[in-house]
Amino acid sequence: MSFDVTKVRKDFPIFERTIRDAKKLVYLDSGATSQKPLSVIEAEGNFYKFTNAAVHRGAHQLAEEATDAYEGARLKVASFLGAKEEEIVFTKNATESLNLVAYAMGNAQPGSRFALTSKDQIVVTEMEHHANLIPWQQLAARTGAELKWFEVTPEGRLDLSAINSIITENTKVVALTHQSNVLGTINPLEAITARAHEVGAVVVLDACQSVPHMPIDVKKLNVDFLAFSGHKALGPTGVGVLWSSVFEELPPFLFGGSMIETVTMTSATWAPAPRKFEAGVPNMAQAVGLGAALDYLTDIGMQSIFDHEVELTGYLINGLLQIPELSIVGPRNTDARGGSVSFTVGHIHPHDLGQYLDSQGVAVRTGHHCAWPLTRKLGVPATTRASLYLYNDESDCDALFAAITGAQKYFA
Amino acid sequence: MELDSLYQEVILDHYKHPLNKGLSENYGAQVHHVNPSCGDEITLNVTAIDGKISAITWDGVGCSISQASVSIASDLLVNKSFAEADAILNEFTELMQSKGTKEGNPDVLEDAVALAGVSKFPARIKCALLGWMAFKDAAVRINTTTGGE
Ligand SMILES: Cc1ncc(COP(=O)(O)O)c(C=O)c1O
Repeated sequence: MSFDVTKVRKDFPIFERTIRDAKKLVYLDSGATSQKPLSVIEAEGNFYKFTNAAVHRGAHQLAEEATDAYEGARLKVASFLGAKEEEIVFTKNATESLNLVAYAMGNAQPGSRFALTSKDQIVVTEMEHHANLIPWQQLAARTGAELKWFEVTPEGRLDLSAINSIITENTKVVALTHQSNVLGTINPLEAITARAHEVGAVVVLDACQSVPHMPIDVKKLNVDFLAFSGHKALGPTGVGVLWSSVFEELPPFLFGGSMIETVTMTSATWAPAPRKFEAGVPNMAQAVGLGAALDYLTDIGMQSIFDHEVELTGYLINGLLQIPELSIVGPRNTDARGGSVSFTVGHIHPHDLGQYLDSQGVAVRTGHHCAWPLTRKLGVPATTRASLYLYNDESDCDALFAAITGAQKYFA
Repeated sequence: MELDSLYQEVILDHYKHPLNKGLSENYGAQVHHVNPSCGDEITLNVTAIDGKISAITWDGVGCSISQASVSIASDLLVNKSFAEADAILNEFTELMQSKGTKEGNPDVLEDAVALAGVSKFPARIKCALLGWMAFKDAAVRINTTTGGE
């Protein structure tokens, strides 16, 4: 581990507060949303204090400075991902990014590589978050296309054995998650992207749980679209990113100000990407805050963060497996796996377990984690999830272990 | 501990030994309700004879609060008229929305007063109401299809 977690925690004001009668906050819910360092909170606040104006519009100094700040944030996202500026679109969150792709594909002219008919197929996986499932279900319903999916094995990995019959000549889009928010599984992309591109399909990657936690170079991933949310990567809420290398061919999704080239009473043409996909005054302060978040992550180093999380995940898994009646859903080792660990504890319902953990200051998530089909497939009504980030350490895991043991006594 | 006001003995008892669990073969109305935020699900059968609720049976999965609450409701509301059940249900709903300011009238709510502590935990109110809302829905269906018989 090449950075000092105690020092990192000092950058996050929220860790100064206590929980439920002066208990230390043990925050193990970064998979839902991350905490924010002071630099991010200040960057967002300072935008409002000193540079607030509508970007790309005003004829004044503030508008100039606001535009610089907003476009500067775009540049930061681009370099964070190894991408070009014009390949970065700001949205409100990953959910909107994924809907953007699905709706824009629905707007494609017949004959375009994006246009779907009842002869076409859309491929997803059983481990998708609802945000990367329902937009595709709905696109399938609107176009008559068929929805197919990769299944999940009992070990919590994608079953790729039937890849050639799942991704076929009729597949137009393959949408999948990079890292499961429930299982922690990091999906192997190579075979999938190779097969998808062989049949002319585009690949949409939900990188919500990977971009905040590991080094990402979009040029190496070989996908066509990548989506993530700022708020899971130390950034503010209200800003997400959609990256693509094929924006030029894709029609817009939302229409209005800022996204046009010319307008008459009866028609309009579009500005080049990324503006084509950013209708209306955008979430400027939030984008600037996200820029500060990516600076913070870059300063620490994404490889160091990933290494820290893998090591801590190993500690977490080993500790959990010592607890009687506890069973982990998803991989029980750290091979191709991130720091989201979901589990069940005997007959204690996750909601009751979560409540007890909360009484000890331990914040986890319980339920189906917006992946209901996956929970159903796993054969459990719900699970409890602990998810790690750079500000967690072994003491957080120890607090979790002790609290679970306490819950077992409480509900015995 | 604050938690003890949530997990009263009565609640844990109902959770471990639920009443009327197991669906009856016949029923006047059957409803299926879910709590989409946590995945709790119940199916509830209500039977009525001469405008009186003669049986409530249910099956489902969920946390102790949701399971205990439906167990309590199924016991409390049986042998009541729909108007009486409605009054009890309203009193229970008010208790749940009281943010810990009410204790509940044990003459009306019986075991359900043990759920008063739930009102201090906003995230759990839906759990406690799941079975009761299912009952309300079933009652409406019985009364629109059969006029309560
Ligand atoms: C894997 C995954 N995809 C998509 C989302 C949706 O993110 P958001 O709610 O920020 O749009 C989440 C987070 O909840 C997630 O974990």
